[in-house]
Amino acid sequence: MVGIVGYGTQIPRYRIRVEEIAKVWGADAPSYKRGLGLNEKSVPAPDEDTATLSVNAARNALLRAGILPQELGAVYVGSESHPYAVKPTGTIVSEALGACPHVHTADLEFACKAGTEGLFITLHEVKSGVFPYALAVGADTSQGAPGDALEYSAAAGAAAFIVGTDRLIAELLHTDVFMTDTPDFWRREYTHYPEHGGRFTGAPAYFKHVSGAALGIMDKAGMKPQDFTYCIFHQPNGKFPVQAAKQLGFQEAQWLPGLLSPTLGNTYSGSSPMGLAATLDVAKPGDTILLVSYGSGAGSDAFIFRATERLTEVRGMAPLVRTQLDEHRVFIEYGTYAKFRRKILKAE
Amino acid sequence: MQVPKFWREIPRYYRLEAGKCDQCGKITFPSRLVCPECGSREHSKVHLSGRGTLKTFTIIRIPPDGFGDQAPYAIGIVQMDEGVGVMAQITDCDVDALSIGDTMITKFRRVREEGKTGIIMYAYKFVPDVGV
Ligand SMILES: [Zn+2]
Repeated sequence: MVGIVGYGTQIPRYRIRVEEIAKVWGADAPSYKRGLGLNEKSVPAPDEDTATLSVNAARNALLRAGILPQELGAVYVGSESHPYAVKPTGTIVSEALGACPHVHTADLEFACKAGTEGLFITLHEVKSGVFPYALAVGADTSQGAPGDALEYSAAAGAAAFIVGTDRLIAELLHTDVFMTDTPDFWRREYTHYPEHGGRFTGAPAYFKHVSGAALGIMDKAGMKPQDFTYCIFHQPNGKFPVQAAKQLGFQEAQWLPGLLSPTLGNTYSGSSPMGLAATLDVAKPGDTILLVSYGSGAGSDAFIFRATERLTEVRGMAPLVRTQLDEHRVFIEYGTYAKFRRKILKAE
Repeated sequence: MQVPKFWREIPRYYRLEAGKCDQCGKITFPSRLVCPECGSREHSKVHLSGRGTLKTFTIIRIPPDGFGDQAPYAIGIVQMDEGVGVMAQITDCDVDALSIGDTMITKFRRVREEGKTGIIMYAYKFVPDVGV
């Protein structure tokens, strides 16, 4: 038996509202809010990045796992905003946790899918007996070009999962994948902001891969949408995951606990993993959870978990996702946002 | 700060590694070679919990080079639960709302970077313990 032993998240405290961004670019806020299903997004503080969010999320995961950092055999950090172009984020995270030096470390990258990649690898690695425990983190502090549609959604956050074979809080039942080469979103070397295929990011990209992986894993498991207590689909905005869930035949009560994007934005590699964390925050022992990520380029990883008794025992040992998302928020104006994201720089 | 100097301090900066005297149990941070309490040279490594109480603080409004975009910001001394005082920046806070006695926890944050091409230095900072 393999599964999740502990989980934790970190969301920055700063937020910017859709209206605040729309005001600067002369855009119509109500139509953006309706069209994208977004109200506000998280903004990292100037001293936060993928490494810091990963460490703070992983510390929460260790609290719930109740294991020592030295017991981690692997640490994988999935992100498309690693702080260095060359130098691993994973070593910073491993060192900060106290997992060094006997720890296999790698940085993963696959647009918004990098977080579940780590989860996929650690689950199968641990299952095959390579390590007793392993850590997978999905984290990002992504940016959209000023005025671009992505600027309304590109947010920051991290989710960390410790995988093992005992002390499980959620048992893994199945995994599946769905990949093709689809150029819907990309960023070239030495450029700051990504480019995307506009409407092309919908049907042939997000929906095709998400439903491909969801249908694939349900077929493998012999399960139907009504057999799941909860479902989480990647959240590039507040609209796509709901549309995908409806098309597949899921009901609102199944996706609502894991749907964070309306007030969080798209945390890229952290997106569906944070949705899973929020779902684990409310799940009861025996509940079944479907998780489907999506990364442009393009592909989806799918997982089916079943919550165990231990989940309810460890839940209170670290902050809940909804607490981090809904409490102690600090709303900032576009000028502060531009400074925090280094879109404007002070003369030194 | 040079790369080797920063690198040597990673255990302390990243995970609050402290020294504990094997003779009298006194905790020192940074770890000392000789115990200030009993003079013993035998000590073990321990990690501070990261929790404590704000003992005193000051607000920096005229910052040094490299911190210009952060002012105003607070630097505080926190009495850690282990009894040792630790000085660090207090982040994620309204500097005018801080008060002595506030409960603090440490978070892992970026402290500074060596220009646009140098290394990024990470370390602990304090944040008010509001449960997020
Ligand atoms: Zn002593």
